[in-house]
Amino acid sequence: MNIEMNFEHRQLAHCENGVVSNMLRYHGIDLSEPMIFGIGSGYFFSHMPFLKVDNIPVTSFRPLPGIIFKRVSKRLGFHFEKHRYKNPYKAMEALDRNLEQEIPTGMLVGVYHLTYFPTRYRFHFNAHNIVVYGKKEDSYLISDPIMEKKTTLTHKELMRVRYAKGTFAPKGHMYWLKSVPESFDVKNAVIKGIKHTCKDMTSIPIPMFGAKGIKFLSKKFRQYPTKLGAKKASLFTGQIVRAQEEIGTGGAGFRYMYAAFLQEAAGVIDKPELKQLSYEMTEIGDRWREFAVIAGRIVKNRTREGEDYNAGADILLDISEREQQFFTKLKKVVS
Amino acid sequence: MKAKEVPQDDENLLEGKFKDPIYTLDEDGNYTTSYSVGWDVKNAVLKNAWGVINEKMEQARQDVMAGKASPIKYYMEKTIMDPSLLAKYTGYWKWTVKKHLKPKGFNKLNEEALKKYADIFDLTVEELKDIDKIKNDKTEE
Repeated sequence: MNIEMNFEHRQLAHCENGVVSNMLRYHGIDLSEPMIFGIGSGYFFSHMPFLKVDNIPVTSFRPLPGIIFKRVSKRLGFHFEKHRYKNPYKAMEALDRNLEQEIPTGMLVGVYHLTYFPTRYRFHFNAHNIVVYGKKEDSYLISDPIMEKKTTLTHKELMRVRYAKGTFAPKGHMYWLKSVPESFDVKNAVIKGIKHTCKDMTSIPIPMFGAKGIKFLSKKFRQYPTKLGAKKASLFTGQIVRAQEEIGTGGAGFRYMYAAFLQEAAGVIDKPELKQLSYEMTEIGDRWREFAVIAGRIVKNRTREGEDYNAGADILLDISEREQQFFTKLKKVVS
Repeated sequence: MKAKEVPQDDENLLEGKFKDPIYTLDEDGNYTTSYSVGWDVKNAVLKNAWGVINEKMEQARQDVMAGKASPIKYYMEKTIMDPSLLAKYTGYWKWTVKKHLKPKGFNKLNEEALKKYADIFDLTVEELKDIDKIKNDKTEE
């Protein structure tokens, strides 16, 4: 097979938004990454001490993988076809059939065996999204939104990452745009997206989620050195920063992306107040980075024990209050 | 963050394959995309995570040399797995995998089982069994 679609690759900050944005663009719909992120309500926070990976509690700055995707297609009325395959060879054949019909196909892959990824970033994270837009002899042509340029994987390599095992195992999951509506209501979708995020951040009645979740983390974080001992406290702290600042999952990064979304949304739904709010959101992102600096110092073990943990917990508490107020204000603007 | 404040602390962790995009504010207060080759804080945390992995690997290497662990234990640490993930890749129960991490369990493995593990670690069966290879294996710095 020798097929190469005219698929424009753009490097973006986050894989899920990125794949959706790039795929829609192929079909002539130009929505920026922040717009996809905002419409899909990708902004979130949760700290779940009972849910552990490698015995470290999970802190997350995003909803579960696949959710942004689902919400965006629902709110804009796109229809995506989705499939999983038990048999890896069948999954590859199904992909080939799609390519023969010139359908750019999105799929979930594990990062660990992605040969083109920088070594240090290759962990067993399974909810990465890429688009396959062609095939030349044994090589699949790949648009990975994280990468600067288009790339390739062999048949064997692609099959391997499509069947990575562990949490969020992709199981050959692939998806493509089945139909694009003739017109769609971006304005309404933006409002829905904002309302949903306001709800997620301010009114989930469990202390682990939303702005309250950040307060919860602040409390736990302050107790780390006394409750866990130096080594474990430092490990736990490292996980928070990694969740916050690793490619595409970023805490501060997502805050900045949301700020960019609000600025764009101000024009789309004709609410100039959103522009002022976008600057406030940027400040919240800056605060997250200040937290990361302190947490980074703890991890590097140059810490003055309790002092750094206290300073970090204070920042988290401040962020929690800011985010609570922010989304309360934002809700008023769109309701 | 302002576009001009974007950190450029390069420690080659991205190997020049891409730069991190960040939505920043330009001079006129409009959002734009800036690119970062690295930030000290992120670099330190990532290197620390690898430090932990390398410690586990080094411990496993010594255990293999001392006859206390099987090569599978070493390669499991090297590929950042744990018994439950390895169980998913092999299709064995977790407690079965745990047995294979000991020399006694490893020595009982038949060719088929060895091949299964070797494939997961991108090795030949000969390489998997070769303890000298582990002795001289390099860790990521």
